[in-house]
Amino acid sequence: MSTSEGDLLHVVTADDISDGRRKLGTTVIWGSFAILVIVAALQWADANGRADFGFTSWRPTLYAFCLWSVGLCWGQVLRFGEYGKRTLFVLPAALFVGAMVVFPLIFGVGIALSDWNLSSPDGRQFNGTDNIVEMWNDPFYWNALKNMVWYVLAILPEYAIAFGLAVLLNAQIRARKFFRVAFLLPLMLSPVAVSWMIGKSMLEVRFGPIARFFRSLGVEDVAFFSSPEMARFMIMAMDAWTFIPFMMIMILAGLQAIPKELNEAARVDGAGPWRGFWEVTFPLMLPVSITAILIRIIFKLKLADIVINVTSGGPGGATDTVTSFIFREYRDRSNVGYGTLLAMVYLVIIVIFMTILMKVSERWTRPRT
Amino acid sequence: MSEQIFHDSPADAGHRAKWWSSRIAIYTILIFWAIICLFPIFWTITTSFKRAPDVMQGNIIPWLDFAPNWLGWRSLGLSPDTIGTESTVRAEFMKRFLNSTIIALSASTLAVVLGSLAAYGLSRFSYRFGPMKNSDISFFFLSQLILPPVVLALPFLVLYKSLALLDTRIGLIMLYTLTVLPIVIWIMRDQFSSIPTELEEAALVDGLSIWGAFVTIILPIALPGMVAAFILSLVLTWNEYFFAALLTSTNAVTLPVMVASQTGSQGINWWSMAALSFAAILPLIVIGIVLERFIIKGMAAGAVK
Repeated sequence: MSTSEGDLLHVVTADDISDGRRKLGTTVIWGSFAILVIVAALQWADANGRADFGFTSWRPTLYAFCLWSVGLCWGQVLRFGEYGKRTLFVLPAALFVGAMVVFPLIFGVGIALSDWNLSSPDGRQFNGTDNIVEMWNDPFYWNALKNMVWYVLAILPEYAIAFGLAVLLNAQIRARKFFRVAFLLPLMLSPVAVSWMIGKSMLEVRFGPIARFFRSLGVEDVAFFSSPEMARFMIMAMDAWTFIPFMMIMILAGLQAIPKELNEAARVDGAGPWRGFWEVTFPLMLPVSITAILIRIIFKLKLADIVINVTSGGPGGATDTVTSFIFREYRDRSNVGYGTLLAMVYLVIIVIFMTILMKVSERWTRPRT
Repeated sequence: MSEQIFHDSPADAGHRAKWWSSRIAIYTILIFWAIICLFPIFWTITTSFKRAPDVMQGNIIPWLDFAPNWLGWRSLGLSPDTIGTESTVRAEFMKRFLNSTIIALSASTLAVVLGSLAAYGLSRFSYRFGPMKNSDISFFFLSQLILPPVVLALPFLVLYKSLALLDTRIGLIMLYTLTVLPIVIWIMRDQFSSIPTELEEAALVDGLSIWGAFVTIILPIALPGMVAAFILSLVLTWNEYFFAALLTSTNAVTLPVMVASQTGSQGINWWSMAALSFAAILPLIVIGIVLERFIIKGMAAGAVK
């Protein structure tokens, strides 16, 4: 994720914007903002029972926010002319993401610090740091975090397999397109369908083909989800099955970008295929590999669908991920306040972890001088 | 016939044997992995045509091991003999299918439009939003990728409840747009920065406005990248389960939620589950086979600088 500024387009435009137009722009922006504030205030009064305007939901505030967004975009053009039109490229996305992320996050912090069970009639009660104390003493949450470490470590073998497949696909083979499509297909399948197709039917103990296969090999006790280690391995395998194509394609793209001359030069210098791979191909692939692994880690940290649908965390929490744990905390106990706190703590951990990882990998990939 | 004069030297013969063995090894691994990738899909298709005895005996190959039967598809109301008649299951399935289609298509379209505009702006102009410069704005967008869905899920649940957006398609569309937007911006930024700025400069000299140059000159060039971003978004939004499971209950339920709700109540009627699962993954399998080129292009963007 480089943040280079690139080749910028520099255009000088002669704008002469009259004072009236500039004033109109300012009026549009602040006028629509005033409407937003007034509507929000009215709704707030209505919600707290200070007045009765007959609002049934907070939708009017949402509409007022949309109005303000449009007003802000239009006002930019009115006030700044050409420059404002350039702002229009980024402003809609920024407003959208800001409204959809920043606002719920702030809102979420408030929820996280309160005792709020949707099934209890009391509603929301601010309880300060009680949730944090509860989290500290919750063995299941720590267990889920520990499982995440295992799941993230499982990326290394996934990466090795993906790299191997990419090298094979990059070799001189026939029917390359068939193999590429076949290898890509698992990525297209929804994790929920995969959890039925593989987790619930192919791995079924009595009739599943894989269980049958192992029985025919003479394995007596075929059970995939009864021992903790085995169950966790099965979840890892299913997740790997869907996501190996993803890393494989990124690595394949990297391999194809390496000039052939480099490998030929290595061969002329007497390096065998093994040495050529480790001393030419692999070092050249390091930046691509690290990008692929980082993105894969980001996706892995969101792992939940397969766990929810196949084992729902069992046996004894051995396969639980943080996401599936919070999902059940909400689904089974409607415990919104505590669940949100757990999610927030998870977010903080992820941000710290990813920042360290990105800094370290940046140092690794920087060319040594 | 005279005796052959030129022989391969023994060293060359050895080389050829080595070449053959490496060929065989490569194809063995490739075919082995292709089986690993394709067998679950094959298993799902065939199981949807099995009857109970076939499932219990573990028959695998159709026509050879067992006679295909429309049982699974009949339970969905999609077999040839039930397709013309009324079927509540089919009506339910079609409703979910339609929900998934509408939500995935609109969210991807919205994300591609918003994301392409933002990516173009960021690759061409220098901005300053308060203390934030271009690189900070880019980071702001891309960092959303790290945000795990579970952090947003519960606040959105409460928020949507008060906005009366719970269990509506629009609510899911907005949320899905948010989740795929960083990926679109990442792919598109890469696309736009590979297009030389001289193109727009020429267009501007010829009297087009910036937006005119963007729409008439740049968009057609960046179209393959946009298709790639669109398809990747489509895959992610079609398969999304977590938000859909939390935020929908009856009206806006998507296909993954329907599949998941059926898995709990299964006995041994695998045929109907298999039919349902296969119907849910079929559109993406078709897209994967037909548009494989674009998917690979999309995922390769950004990997290689």
